[in-house]
Amino acid sequence: MDRTTPLVQLENIRLAFGGIQAVDDVSIDLYPGEVVGLLGHNGAGKSTLIKILSGAYHMDSGKIRINGEPVHIESPRDARRYNIETIYQTLALADNLDAASNLFLGRELTTALGFVDDAKMEAETRKIMARLNPNFKRLKEPVSALSGGQRQSVAIARAVYFNAKILIMDEPTAALGVHETQMVAELIEELKKSGLGIFLISHDTREMMSLCDRVAVMKNGALVGIERVEDVTEDDILSMIILGQNPKHAEASAGAA
Amino acid sequence: MSDTAYAAPKTAPPSLMKTLDLDTRLLGMIGAFVVMCVAFDLVTDGRFLTPRNIFNLTIQTVSVAIMATGMVFVIVTRHIDLSVGSVLATCSAVMAMVQTAVLPDWLGLGLNHPFTWVITILAGLAAGTAIGIFHGMLIGYLAVPAFIVTLGGLLVWRNVAWYLTNGQTVGPLDSTFMQFGGINGTLGPQMSWILGGLASLAAILIIVQSRRSKVRHGFPVKPMWAEVVLGMVATGAILGFVAVLNAYEVPTARLRRMFEARGETLPEGFTTGYGLPISVLVLIVVAVVMTVVAKRTRLGRYIFATGGNPDAAALSGINTRLLTVKVFAIMGALCAISAVVASARLANHSNDIGTLDELRVIAAAVIGGTALAGGVGTIYGAILGALIMQSLQSGMAMVGVDAPLQNIVVGTVLVAAVLIDVQLRKSGWRQRSR
Repeated sequence: MDRTTPLVQLENIRLAFGGIQAVDDVSIDLYPGEVVGLLGHNGAGKSTLIKILSGAYHMDSGKIRINGEPVHIESPRDARRYNIETIYQTLALADNLDAASNLFLGRELTTALGFVDDAKMEAETRKIMARLNPNFKRLKEPVSALSGGQRQSVAIARAVYFNAKILIMDEPTAALGVHETQMVAELIEELKKSGLGIFLISHDTREMMSLCDRVAVMKNGALVGIERVEDVTEDDILSMIILGQNPKHAEASAGAA
Repeated sequence: MSDTAYAAPKTAPPSLMKTLDLDTRLLGMIGAFVVMCVAFDLVTDGRFLTPRNIFNLTIQTVSVAIMATGMVFVIVTRHIDLSVGSVLATCSAVMAMVQTAVLPDWLGLGLNHPFTWVITILAGLAAGTAIGIFHGMLIGYLAVPAFIVTLGGLLVWRNVAWYLTNGQTVGPLDSTFMQFGGINGTLGPQMSWILGGLASLAAILIIVQSRRSKVRHGFPVKPMWAEVVLGMVATGAILGFVAVLNAYEVPTARLRRMFEARGETLPEGFTTGYGLPISVLVLIVVAVVMTVVAKRTRLGRYIFATGGNPDAAALSGINTRLLTVKVFAIMGALCAISAVVASARLANHSNDIGTLDELRVIAAAVIGGTALAGGVGTIYGAILGALIMQSLQSGMAMVGVDAPLQNIVVGTVLVAAVLIDVQLRKSGWRQRSR
């Protein structure tokens, strides 16, 4: 892989909630055109780490660099300024609004007079949806009326439309059927080719092996290890998740002794 | 992009309702309202639907309707404001003291100085907005539930008003100020027709504009005849309303006094109508502004998004705390405007002004289709809700229903309206998810 400047460098990130160290001294980097998977049990700190990058949480200590430059991300708005887009597990859609309003939420297109330009936003939504999910036609209805896959396409469209450079996907396929999961996998492949860096969170180890270039395993807030997928087996990853230890490294150190 | 992919499915021809693209809920409310009015009219032998009674109903509705538009935003963002009646009282007390004590005695301007009413209203608006901001900060930034903050406010502001006036009724008020009350300030037939004509033109312009915008972006549009029907209904309603208000004639004795005040004598056989009350004009302006805010501004979009999913709104970079402050600031300002109308209508500030208004305002918003779960509500619905409540109350009074029974009926109607709404939404939900 081309080891130029990393797109994102997370360095020694720490965050505690009360007495619990949710993220404990974690350092991960992400290169352009790379998919890094984050694996771990529920509560391992994956989502928390990712929410620090997307501006939803504030870290206690640590450093974030984008393209080598140190940055301060205080809010989701800051994250968006650095072209960091997040697709949350919960999709973060306002159920009572239609697809276009959700897609542009917080970044509405406005007319010369400063009023929201619904017609233009709807037209743009049609365009992006024609690319992502040509079956999507229910533009006027509140997103609560849409299927899981359709809702997912709205959430993905939101990230893609605004030219994300860094994409965070938290369980993007959890609520989807087989066909829709395939669609997301193809989309990830396509985005990768266009040079995006993607952080992917999932519980599905097999899916991660096929989608990711590297996987990072977390346990109890700490990083167990980062491995290239071609260097490890699914079993290795599972034992990293469960035991908090890479069996290969354990063997290596046993052999050295 | 293929246009065919977005064409309407070629199934059965769309129903009339669908072609006209109307809000069925609104039509249902208007239908219920019309049925109620006709029923009262029959029972009262035609006394309910007279120009005089319609005029009175309109001016009685204004104060609650103005606040109800703000309550829509409050409830849509999943909050509640129990303090609006008391905030109205405090604003009214501030304005009463400004125009009867501060300006005449301290600044020496005199009661009927041409600037008195402007300064008074600005002072009232400042007081109401400040109270709203204070409530909003407690709720948004310090995370005290709105129910508690405004329940406290209900007691606090009612009695702040008491202290401001030493518990006394303050009057008479400035004569220009009192024109905002209704019967003492109307535009007269000619001006009312002009405004009605302008409003009709505006309605037609909006319909044309929205059609053009849809065509420009290649969206499906209604058939031309449907647009024409809509335009005719809108202008008909506007001009009909003006005609009714103009038909309420100023009593001869009152006309004679008005002419005498100007040093003239009343010409023989001269009659004129009241026309559009200034207070109703204020309500119309408030309604238009609030509707534009709700539908056409980012603020409105964020209010509805936050009501639909507060987490999603926050993750989209919306400052939901500041938004809460803004929503309550708007509510406070509207309480001040209502206070102008209410105290001007009474021609004085009394201690009990606005008592129980919080219940009327919340009921108007809820009957008008605002969902307490948040995210759903319309400005015009709330105004229609206020009108329905007021008509029900005064219709029953006219029929001679006992006062306790009147309140029992109003309370029952509130619960029944929400019950019907919940059932309708449920069935609508099932249809859509199928």
